Amino acid sequence: MTRLAPTFAALKSDNRAGFVAYVMAGDPDADTTLKMMQGLADKGADVLELGVPFTDPMADGPTIQRAAIRALESGMTLKGVLALVKRFRETHKDTPVVLMGYANPFFAYGFEKFASDAAAAGADGVICVDIPPEEDTEFRSALDANGLSFVRLAAPTTDDKRLPQVVAHTSGFVYYVSTTGVTGAGSGATGDIEAAVARVRAASGLPVAVGFGVKTPERAQEIGKVADTVVVGSAIVEELATKGVDQALHLAGTLADAAHSAR
Amino acid sequence: MTQPNAFSQQPDAEGRFGQFGGRYVAETLMPNILALEEAYEHYKNDPDFIAEFDEFSRDFVGRPSPLYFAERLTEEFGGAKIWFKRDELNHTGAHKINNCLGQVLLAKRMGKTRIIAETGAGQHGVATATVAARFGLPCEVFMGATDVKRQKPNVFRMNLLGAKIHAVTSGRGTLKDAMNEALRDWVTYPDETFYVIGTVAGPHPYPAMVRDFQSVIGREAREQMLERIGRLPDAAVACIGGGSNAMGLFHPFLEDEGVRLIGVEAAGKGLDTPDHAASLNGGRPGILHGNKTYLLQDEDGQITEGHSISAGLDYPGIGPEHAFLHDVGRAEYRSATDAEALEMFQLCSQKEGIIPALEPAHALARVRDLAKELGKDGVILMNMCGRGDKDVFSVAEALGVEL
Ligand SMILES: Cc1ncc(COP(=O)(O)O)c(C=O)c1O
Repeated sequence: MTRLAPTFAALKSDNRAGFVAYVMAGDPDADTTLKMMQGLADKGADVLELGVPFTDPMADGPTIQRAAIRALESGMTLKGVLALVKRFRETHKDTPVVLMGYANPFFAYGFEKFASDAAAAGADGVICVDIPPEEDTEFRSALDANGLSFVRLAAPTTDDKRLPQVVAHTSGFVYYVSTTGVTGAGSGATGDIEAAVARVRAASGLPVAVGFGVKTPERAQEIGKVADTVVVGSAIVEELATKGVDQALHLAGTLADAAHSAR
Repeated sequence: MTQPNAFSQQPDAEGRFGQFGGRYVAETLMPNILALEEAYEHYKNDPDFIAEFDEFSRDFVGRPSPLYFAERLTEEFGGAKIWFKRDELNHTGAHKINNCLGQVLLAKRMGKTRIIAETGAGQHGVATATVAARFGLPCEVFMGATDVKRQKPNVFRMNLLGAKIHAVTSGRGTLKDAMNEALRDWVTYPDETFYVIGTVAGPHPYPAMVRDFQSVIGREAREQMLERIGRLPDAAVACIGGGSNAMGLFHPFLEDEGVRLIGVEAAGKGLDTPDHAASLNGGRPGILHGNKTYLLQDEDGQITEGHSISAGLDYPGIGPEHAFLHDVGRAEYRSATDAEALEMFQLCSQKEGIIPALEPAHALARVRDLAKELGKDGVILMNMCGRGDKDVFSVAEALGVEL
């Protein structure tokens, strides 16, 4: 069992919405990312999503695309991402870390070897944007065998017929993409999100995280009212890029407070 | 793994050609991909759809394209007889339009109201804009900012045809970045949009669908060969960017064991340099743009840029069916350098009065070796998949001529 289950169980028993913070590994360098990870956890992030940079991030908007380029230019690799997780675990034993990226770096590393190294480093799960249920057998079994969660994305286009297949082998939580579009664009209408969260929760029996387009504490609070947890990525990445670590962590703190006090 | 008679039966129900292909896309697009597959499976056997495709292939594209005996090049190379399948005579000057016609007809039947496409050199963009104009559908083309600068005449052509061009600045602003941006657009407007992919790549059903639309090349050529010389060629040769003209030529010959199938990749400045676009000869399997196939990539699985003098060939991947045919040994994959392509570009112009596109000029370089290898009794069929009008500026520049 990963750190995800106890984290979400605690949120539930407190009747609190959680806060998931995204940061790109290696943006602009490994030491800065480590500082961000530690700071985000200290500011109240319940789960960290650590981006694995990829040259061709098809589902990301300009903000995270640029972060990936900076990370790759700093020499970040998947091996380097795992080293970061390991360093983070020296100070933070309990905050779950989920790696988010695209199929090819995981495939190039080797699914089995990656899963075993990621577990050893102290990661808790993986979100892989371009491996839908139809293609996941190999990767999912490798993660399962090493006790890691495979967190799946559900989208507004995922209809009732397809939803059971999408959530069937998901563990930890389900990530609901609030809108059709790329990261950093606008988020969907709150009413639609509320209905979708209920659907996904019923189909999966898992907590539902809602992300894509959440940028402000106000929006985090609205989403926190209807979702189990709120995910913020581009806004933190942008703040880090333009204003530095302290400002980015300050923003993350206000977002965490907003989510936590939503209900 | 596969019986020899199953070469033409690919892909399987999951869109796999052996271990290659598949559907590696974001969940937002999955329902769209499945709906497209369902529509395609239906319409590909629909007599009205087929009749309309055939009618427009004839009257709008100009099919069938002739089969032509390249007598003076045959003499020049001093070996096997060389025949060209003349797809460069198609409307818009390349094979690309065969596929665009099929996909736009499908888009109309699916009730889609907006066409998008990626383009590198601009040939696929021009062909898509052309067909979209004919059927009254708005068309937006994603093109790398670097390519927009390199291919100004095609940008203007697309504008004339009423298409809107998005200059893509992400990445290095070339073909793969254009494809990423088209996918991002599709994720954003999934309901109304039909994404016309320009080669036999992307998620299932694209590799199979694009191949089927392009197979008109091989079907015609096979029939024409039998009619003209009463036999099949010893080898069928085509250049490979993503692999659509090659797959269209090869597919109808897959069960003809005596016909060697030879694809020619772009070796750029040489396979021993980083500046090439030969995914099979210089890459390894990976996952990109919706499918598993051979890719140019580094140790860490980061995609590297292809290079070729021919903008239509510098894609860092290759269609999954080629990856399959390569691994099972049914097709052979060779390569030609920028310098060889330039040489053939000029030679073909001078000997045959046909200015070839730089892409098939690559194929011609290997036809030269093969002609000697097969000897005078041999017969080679080469797909002349595009004409060189679009390339005169870049060739002049490469030759140091100021226009
Ligand atoms: C004339 C011509 N040939 C070949 C290609 C490469 O594509 P494919 O390998 O899919 O045929 C292009 C692409 O733009 C082209 O314009």
